[in-house]
Formats: sequence, structure tokens, C-alpha cells
Amino acid sequence: LDRFIPNRSAMDFDYAHFALMEGRKVEGKEQVSSSPSREAYNKQLAETMNLNRTRILAFRNKPQVPVKPYSASLLHQQPKSVKPQRRHIPQTSERTLDAPDLVDDFYLNLLDWGSANVLAIALDHTVYLWDASSGSTSELVTIDEEKGPVTSVNFALDGRNLAVGLNNSEVQIWDSEASRKLRTLKGHHSRVGSLAWNNHVLTTGGLDGQIIDNDVRIRSHVVGTYRGHSQEVCGLKWSGSGQHLASGGNDNVVHVWDRCSTTQWLHRLEEHTAAVKALAWCPFQSSLLATGGGGGDRTIKLWNNRTGACLNSIDTGSQVSSLLWSKNERELLSSHGFTQNQLTLWKYPSMVKMAELTGHTSRVLYMAQSPDGCTVASAAGDETLRFWNVFGVPDTAKKSAPKPVAEPFSHVNRIR
Amino acid sequence: MASKTAAAKDIITLHGSAAIVSEFFCYAANSILYNRAVYPEESFVKVKKYGLPMLLIEDESVKSFLSNLTSQISEWLEAGKLQRVVLVIMSKATGEVLERWNFRIETDNEVVEKGVSREKSDKEIMREIQAIMRQVASSITYLPCLDEACVFDVLAYTDTDVAVPFTWIESDPKLIANPQMVKLHAFDTKIHKVDTLVSYKNDEWDEEE
Repeated sequence: LDRFIPNRSAMDFDYAHFALMEGRKVEGKEQVSSSPSREAYNKQLAETMNLNRTRILAFRNKPQVPVKPYSASLLHQQPKSVKPQRRHIPQTSERTLDAPDLVDDFYLNLLDWGSANVLAIALDHTVYLWDASSGSTSELVTIDEEKGPVTSVNFALDGRNLAVGLNNSEVQIWDSEASRKLRTLKGHHSRVGSLAWNNHVLTTGGLDGQIIDNDVRIRSHVVGTYRGHSQEVCGLKWSGSGQHLASGGNDNVVHVWDRCSTTQWLHRLEEHTAAVKALAWCPFQSSLLATGGGGGDRTIKLWNNRTGACLNSIDTGSQVSSLLWSKNERELLSSHGFTQNQLTLWKYPSMVKMAELTGHTSRVLYMAQSPDGCTVASAAGDETLRFWNVFGVPDTAKKSAPKPVAEPFSHVNRIR
Repeated sequence: MASKTAAAKDIITLHGSAAIVSEFFCYAANSILYNRAVYPEESFVKVKKYGLPMLLIEDESVKSFLSNLTSQISEWLEAGKLQRVVLVIMSKATGEVLERWNFRIETDNEVVEKGVSREKSDKEIMREIQAIMRQVASSITYLPCLDEACVFDVLAYTDTDVAVPFTWIESDPKLIANPQMVKLHAFDTKIHKVDTLVSYKNDEWDEEE
């Protein structure tokens, strides 16, 4: 009545013989269908358990999951398009905060949004913390006059420890919750404009062109120095795996370093014709790196980190100060200066423009992404900090178009 | 291809055999993805291969995944270190393994160690591969319907002395409990012999055997 394929296999001695994969005699004639399967399964299991002979490997970088909803009949022509409904991308910022005395310097990195949903911004000599869940602002520290201004800020993975790079070449590590300085790192000869954490290692990039790995747990914290840039290191990003470090400099060069080998870079990418501050590792494709060039270059370039090959180069028409990949979709966001001072959202891999977000009245310098991946904060020379729901609305808030904010941050509230 | 001469018997080298097998795997994987509708039909484009119309997926991420795979598989085959390649189809929602396409590889170690070559006609190998491809395509007649959205992955079973490249990670075997199994044809380049087997999750047994 039903499919007797299993039975057919069971009666097929050649098959059974193969399935057992040895010269063993097959007991069954009319076996219950599951028996040779079970034997074969056990054999298969035994084989795979035989770990002293075999190693099972899977390729790290999985292919994109099929998006289309599966229809019941095989090979059925789907009339509607592949993508789910296009979401509404609000063209204006959700909220704008004042950021007076924000230093208008392209080479610095004064904004970061940590995993505890606290945003840190440095305004001249002071570091402020803005709690996105409550909407409250607090001052973390005002640096002594001769040490400052602050030139970079970066949260560690825990979202609690904050690294603060200074103009006088020092880097301070702060416990942002207890408002306590934990230690001061020295090593650079001039200002530290870029920071990147890799677990307990804080990598710092300086005007002196050096990149230093600092193990913040030990006294003698300098554990590695990467030399290769001849001018200020303004961009620094560790890959998601923590294995590769991308650095961009005012010398127009991008280096990719392997964590284990600080003396020789993995790739030296010289295609940009201006300073490279914008760097972003792709979260959904592990060997993909996006870089953006300054005013004399204005391109976004995409690189295959395994081979060092440039996969694509897009002329954006404007200085690129920052790049962020979406965590939810295959999209890339770039921030720009003259003339539009906009954020541009690109579809990947087609690099078609999906949206242009305007509002800033002076060049956008710094961007940071919320831990839930939905909101982006941008700070510009116009001394404002703006928030954009560009990557989507948090699930719990459903798919409604963003409403005017009734209570403070009603939409960013439901992040956890 | 592998053969150097157009004579009646063709020479197969280790390198050539590895190329044949890894290329076979790429086309077989594409065929499975198409026939099992893991990806929608429109994502595929038709090409001629093995004397058959074969389908290749257009999606960049799948293409690059498969090409990375095949180049690594080819390397392992030349080193004689690859034991099998398994294409696993899992439920997208639950991650449960629904189907396993098992390509077991037997390598003639003498060739790997001594660097000798073998003789076999290209045509014959192609015919054997063609038979397998036909069987894959016709497998939809007996394999249970995959009613839900599925994803796939590929596992490589290698010797333990293989250095794991950083783009690969150790994995569990992703077995199916109490599977049904169907053996397909094999092909042999005289250096590598590839057996094909598909095992799949039992359909809901309404009545017992």
C-alpha cells in the first residue's frame, strides 16, 4: 500500500551488503524495514564515533538561507517576488540631542554604543553617557586640561568598561557603571584616535602611526605592536571572530593583520586615495570587509579578506566617515560630509541606494549602532547627535511606522 | 579535464581525479538543492554538463560557499585525506536533519604516495557520473516531501591529521535517527571511488510494515 521502498532496499542484498559496508553476512531475508536501516545507522554512528580516525568539518561561512517561503508543491513557479515586504525606512531622525563642543575632527572616534545599551560621546574634554533604556544622561569624567581633549571612546564587550583615548597619548580605562577609573595605559607618543577591543585586549591606534595591543589585565600591558602605517591610524576594527584586525590610516592605506602575527600584515590595501577611517566587517559574510575613503577618495570598497582582492568599488560622491553593516538584513550604511551630510543605506551585494537620510547640517563624523541592531546614532560637525531607525524597528514594537515620540524613547525601550 | 591524451585509454592523474571528484560534488550539490527545492527553481540556470542539462544556482552566497568547498575538497582529495562529503538538509525552523546525501570516497593510496597515474577513459567516467545525476533527479519520486523551508550544510569527513583551515570548524555528524537509506550508483576514476547514498528521515508511519 504505502511506499515499500525501504522494504525493497531491505530485500536488495547488494544494497544491504553495501550499507553494512563490510563482508558480513546479511541475516535478513524479509526483515522488518527498519532493521537493516538501524544496523546501517548504528554502523554509521560507530564510524563517526571512531574519532581517532576521522574528523568532521563544516565550512564556517554558511550560505545565505533561502528567503522565499516554501510552497507545498515541488518546483512550483512562485509568481510573487522573492523579498518580503519592504520595510518603511524613516527619512528623518527619530530624535536629536545637543552635542555642544563636539570636536569637528575627521580622524577621531568620539562615539560608541555599548552592549549594555549605553551610548558614550566625548565632547571636548568630557565624556558623557546616555542610557538608551532610560533616556538619562550622565557625565562620566572631565579630563584634565593638559591631557585632553578626548580623542576616542570605545566600550568593551561587556558594555561596562570604557576605553578613553586622549590627546596627550594616554588611554584611560573606566568602569562606566561605578564611574571609576581602573587604569591608565601609556605607550603611544601622540594622540590616540582609534580604539578596538578584542576580549581582554584593547587595541589602540595613534597619530604616531602605531597600533598597540594592550592586555588590560596585566601590569606590563603592551603585548604587541603593529607597524606599517606612516601616518595617523584613524580606523580600527576587529573582525567578528577576533582573528583579524583592519586598520585604516591617514596614509590612505588599509592593513589587515592576523592576530597571531603583528610583525607582518596579512594584506596591505592601497587603492584608496584619501584617509580611510570607515571600516566595517560584514556580520553575515565572514571574509568580507567594507572600507570608505575620505574627501579625496569618496569611495566605498568591498574586499575579500581571504584573498585581499577588491570585490567592488562604489563612488559615493562624498567623504565617507563611517560604515555600519545591518545585523538584520543585507544592507550597508555609510555616513558622509559635504554636500548632503547624509547617511546612505545600500543594498548588498547590488550596492543599490535604498535610502538617503538627511538632517545634519554639517558633515557627519561618527556613527554607532544600538545593541539590538535597529537604531543608528550619528554625530556631526553641527554639534548634534541624531538617532535613526534605519535598520528596522524592534520586533516587540511590531511593524508600525515610527510614531512621533510620545514618551521618551518609547520605541527604543523594548530592546531587551 | 584529467586526460592528457585522446587515445582509447585516458591517463588520469591524482590532480585530475581530484578535479573530477570535486567538480562532480559541486554539480551534485546543485542538483540536490534544485531537486529537493531547498532553493526556489528560479534561482537556477541551466548549463550543459556530463551530457545532461544540469542546473547551477545563481545566488552569490551559495555559489561562493560551494566554490570555497570544492577548492578545499580538491586539496584534501589530492592529499588523500578526504573520507567522505555529506550534504545535509535541515529544517529551517527546527534545525532537524531531514536528509543526508552521503558521498563516500575511497582513495587509492598508492597514487597519493607514489604519484603514479592510472588509466580510464574519460567517457566512461562521465557515463558513470551521468547515471548518478539521473538518479539524484529521479530521487524525488521516493524521497518524502520536504514540506517546510529547509537549509543545507556540507560536512567533510577527513583524516585526523589534517590541519583545519581557519575557514572550517569542527562539527557534529548531524545524523538522522533510524533513517531510511537508498544507495545510488558509484563512479570510479581508478584513483578515487565515490559511493553515493541518501538517507532520510522516516515518513510518519501510518501503518506498520
